[in-house]
Amino acid sequence: MASNTQDAAHGAAESAPGMPQLDFSTFGNQIFWLAVALVAIYFILSRVALPRIAAVLAERQGTITNDLAAAEDLKAKAVEAENAYNKALADARAEAQRIAGETRAEIQADLNEAIAKADEQISAKAAESEKAIAEIKAGALESVKEVAADTAEALVAALGGKADAKAIAAAVAERTKG
Amino acid sequence: MGKLFFYVALALVLVSGVIFAPEHAGLAIHPMDQFEVSSYTSDNVSMFAITNVTVWLALAVAAVFALMVMGSSRRAIVPGRAQSIAELAYGFIYKMVEDVAGKDGVKFFPYIMTLFMFILMANFLGLIPGSFTTTSHIAVTAVLAALVFFTVTIVGFVKNGAGFLGLFWVSSAPLALRPILAVIELISYFVRPVSHSIRLAGNVMAGHAVLKVFAGFAAALGLFSFLPIFAITAVYALEVLVAFIQAYVFTILTCVYLKDALHPSH
Repeated sequence: MASNTQDAAHGAAESAPGMPQLDFSTFGNQIFWLAVALVAIYFILSRVALPRIAAVLAERQGTITNDLAAAEDLKAKAVEAENAYNKALADARAEAQRIAGETRAEIQADLNEAIAKADEQISAKAAESEKAIAEIKAGALESVKEVAADTAEALVAALGGKADAKAIAAAVAERTKG
Repeated sequence: MGKLFFYVALALVLVSGVIFAPEHAGLAIHPMDQFEVSSYTSDNVSMFAITNVTVWLALAVAAVFALMVMGSSRRAIVPGRAQSIAELAYGFIYKMVEDVAGKDGVKFFPYIMTLFMFILMANFLGLIPGSFTTTSHIAVTAVLAALVFFTVTIVGFVKNGAGFLGLFWVSSAPLALRPILAVIELISYFVRPVSHSIRLAGNVMAGHAVLKVFAGFAAALGLFSFLPIFAITAVYALEVLVAFIQAYVFTILTCVYLKDALHPSH
């Protein structure tokens, strides 16, 4: 049935009833044009496409290698810079410590000097004060003697005696000694 | 459940085939018509006539040119889409030749690349609906296989002289077995181009014929034509795979034969 319909649909124009693949009358044509096509593809590929792609791939490989080398270089530089930075930091820290120490010593010296001066002034003031106190004390003692003598004289007079100034003074001196 | 559904669907298809069949369609399926060679310039297909073969071979050349030459024309360090595919194809075949045929096989790389790109493009172009598939014809694949066969044989004798015959003398087998093995090896050597060519043409032709048969069903089934259309979709996907795989198989076998020619010792 299939072959009938095929024949009917196709008419008598076609010479091969079965597979067109086995129609040998077309082989010459196919082989000729295939040869042309293969030669064309071969020349397209071997003369243009393949060398170009090979060059692109090689160039890319080169670029990648160069970039990697450059990256390595930059990395080394970065490490170097970091080291320099760390060194500068350490230097600065040492310098700061030195300056702080110096300043501290300076301040200490100033302080000591000021303390010494103050001590001196204090001791001077203390001596002065002591002297003043001693004067006042002496003055007060003198007054006590006077007052005692006067009081004694008044007491003696009140008791109806005649006060001998010398004896009273001696007695007051005697009493106030202790 | 799935089986029941399948049988119901099958029954519906059969019934609908009877009820909804277009009146004149019947089962007028001509799966081989697509392989017909027809001339545009003359009544018969003479050797230099411009035929549909000529047109589709020219398109295959144009496709190779478009991908490999125009695709790589920008020579970009960071490739675009077309250039990526071109480089991928280059790397794929280059590595295949190097791995299978060895370092000294690399000088045959342009030949092998030619075969691969031609078969690949012809197969893919053949998948365009209504196109003519040049690689479905035994005349085409036989020429390709014969090219490989003669190249490999000539290279084998030029490189190794009579030592190439060592390919048939299995020195690792017991001495008594060697003549028998030699006969088998010799036969298999001459069968190579036959299987090499028929594998490619057969696969491509069968797939396309199956598509046409399902398409005929679709025309006959009327309302239920969606079932064969599903099948066509699935078979088409398979054919896309086959188009690449057959190009790959043809190429890798070429590399294997080339390896035999370059290093004939077993």
